[in-house]
Amino acid sequence: MQKLSEELKNRAGQRIVDPEYLLFEAPREKVFMTGSEVVKEAVKRASVDASVSYPITPQSEAAHLIGELWVEGYVGVYFRGESEFGVMSELAGCAMAGARTITTTSGPGTLRAMENFPMWAGSRLPIQLVLMARGINSPLSIQPDDLEVSFLLDTGCMIWYAENAQELFDMILAGFVVAEQPDVHVPVVNVINGFFISHTRESVMLPPDDIALPPYNPYKAPMPPIDMEMPPGRFLRDPFVMKSNYISYATHTSWQFEVRAAIERARPYIKKYLGSLIEEFGDPEAEIVLVSAGTGAAQSKEAVRLLEDEGVKAKVVKLRTIRPFPINELREAVKNAKVIFVPEFNVVGWLEREIRRYLYKHSDAEIIGGPRVAGGMTMPPEIIVKDVLNYLGKEVKHVY
Amino acid sequence: MTEIKRKRVGIRMPAIGGQGAVTAAHIIATAADYEGYYAVSNPFFGAEKRMAPAESYARIGLEPIFDRGEVVYPDIIMVFHPQVITMGKSYTMPFYSGIKRNGLIIINSEEDLLSKEDREYLESLNVRIFSFPATQMAAEIAGTELATNMAMIGALFGITRIVGTEAIEEGIKARFLKKFVASGGTASLDSALERKFKKKLELIEKNVNTAKATYELGLKWAEEHGIEPFLPRPTAKV
Repeated sequence: MQKLSEELKNRAGQRIVDPEYLLFEAPREKVFMTGSEVVKEAVKRASVDASVSYPITPQSEAAHLIGELWVEGYVGVYFRGESEFGVMSELAGCAMAGARTITTTSGPGTLRAMENFPMWAGSRLPIQLVLMARGINSPLSIQPDDLEVSFLLDTGCMIWYAENAQELFDMILAGFVVAEQPDVHVPVVNVINGFFISHTRESVMLPPDDIALPPYNPYKAPMPPIDMEMPPGRFLRDPFVMKSNYISYATHTSWQFEVRAAIERARPYIKKYLGSLIEEFGDPEAEIVLVSAGTGAAQSKEAVRLLEDEGVKAKVVKLRTIRPFPINELREAVKNAKVIFVPEFNVVGWLEREIRRYLYKHSDAEIIGGPRVAGGMTMPPEIIVKDVLNYLGKEVKHVY
Repeated sequence: MTEIKRKRVGIRMPAIGGQGAVTAAHIIATAADYEGYYAVSNPFFGAEKRMAPAESYARIGLEPIFDRGEVVYPDIIMVFHPQVITMGKSYTMPFYSGIKRNGLIIINSEEDLLSKEDREYLESLNVRIFSFPATQMAAEIAGTELATNMAMIGALFGITRIVGTEAIEEGIKARFLKKFVASGGTASLDSALERKFKKKLELIEKNVNTAKATYELGLKWAEEHGIEPFLPRPTAKV
C-alpha cells in the first residue's frame, strides 16, 4: 500500500494513505482545541465528497467549520439545507449518487430529521452523522442531555459514543471506514455530549493534514449507485408494500433483519479500527462497576479516583458503541461485579434498559440506574461517589 | 497550618455576558497546557447576551482530566463583576457555594462586597479573598475595560504561581492569532476590538501588559500573606 500512497492524491491534493496508517502509524502532533474544531480536523483528513448543514446549538460551529473546508477545497459539495429534514434527505441523495457524506445536528434537529434515519439505514447508505446531544424541547434547553440517543437506537444506524475530542477525531475517521465496508454499509452516528465536548478545549493528538483516507468507492457498495431498476432506487419508486401480498411483507421483514445483521457484521471492523467496543478503567477485579458512555464515563472515571482515595475499589466500563451493543464484552467485564451503577445524562435511563436487557440471566449483580442528571445539569463525580458510599453504608465526607 | 497537597485545581469564573470569561478560561487552560500541565476549559451559558450571567471553567492538574461541565466544588472562584455578588448573577447561590477548604476567591471590585456571615463562613474554610479593581486597571493599562479578563488572568496566576508570564503571553497569542472564533457574537466583538486597537499585535501587547501588571500585584499579595504555590511543578507528560 505504501506504493499506492506515494502515487495517489485526492481532490484536495492530499496524499491518500491506508486507514491503518492514518489512524495508528502516522506521527501525531499535539494541538489544544475544542471538539467542534476537532470535527473540522477529522473531516479535513477524510476525503469527504458532500456535506449539508443546518444551524442549531451546540453543533453550529462544527457545521460552519465543515463549510470552511469546502471553501478551502477539502469538501466537494457543501450547502445549507432548508431544515434538518431537508439536510438529511439531501445527504441521502448525495450518498445514493455515490458520495461520502457527513453532517452534524443536535436535539430538536435530530427529531425533526427523524424520518430520514431509518430511510438511510434501509437504503444502506453509509452516511455519517456527528450528533452533539442536547436537550429536547420543551422546556427549552440548549445544554447537554442525551435523551435523543434513545430515539435513534432502533433506526438501523450504528451508534458510537465518544468520550472526548481525541476519541471523536478517531471515531469520525474510523466511522467512515467501518460504515463503508461492503458487508456493513449502514449509517454511523457518532454521539458526543454537546458543550462538554463541542465547546471544551483540551489537548488532542493529530496526524499531519497532508494525508487523507482513500476516497469512498461506491462500486463496492452492496447496492449500486442510484439506479431506478435496482434497490434502493427500485424500492423507493416501487416499494414492496405496493404488491400487498404476504411475500412482499416478508421481503420487507427480511430487509429489516438484514440491516440489523449488517450492524452486527461491523463488530470485527470496529475492533480493528477502534481497538475495542469498550474501555475499562480502574481496578480490573473490582466488585463495584460503573457502566456508562461519553461524559457519563468521564465523570465515572473521576469518581473511581475519588473512591480509591476512600479505600473503595471500583472500575468503569465505558461503552464505545451502543449499536452494535458490546454484549460479550460487557458480560465479561462485569463478571466479578456485585453492583453495577449506570450514570446517565437523561431522565429515562435508556442505557440502564440496554444493560438490563443484555445482562439478564448473565449477571447476578444488582443493577442501579443512576445517578442521572438531565436538562443541561453537570454530573459532579462527587454525586456518583455519594451514591456508591450510601450503597455501601459508608460515611459520605468528600463533599465539604 | 498543614501542608496543602493538590493534584488538581478547579476554577469557576462567574461573570456577566460580554466580559470575556469564556476567553479567559480558554487562555488560562492554554497557558497551563503550554506550561506542561493537563488542562481543560469549557464555557457554560444559556442564550448568549450581554449583562446576563455567564460562567466558564478551567481545570488544571498533574494527571489526565476526565471531568466535564460546571466546577461544582472549586478551589478557586474568580468573580468578574460586582453584580455576581450584589445582584446574584451567578449560577450558584451564594456565589461561593461548593468552594473547597484552603481555596481562593478573586473579586473584581474596589469595595468590600461580602457580608459578615460570608466572611465568617469563608474564614472557617481558610478561604483567602483578594479584591482588586480589575476593570479600572484594565482601563488604565490597556485603555479599555474589555481587558478586564486579562487583569483577572494575571492576578490568578500571580497568586497561584501555576504558570509564569511567558505562558500567559502564549495563551493570549494562541487566542488572538487564531483564525476562527466561536460564534457570530464573538466574531463581531473581535472586530470591534480590532478597530479599537487598530492592530492585532498592539492588542496582544496591551493585553499582555495588563496581565503582567496584575500578575505582579497578585504575586506581591500572595507573598505578603504567605500563600504557597497552588500546584507542584508539572511532571513530564506524554
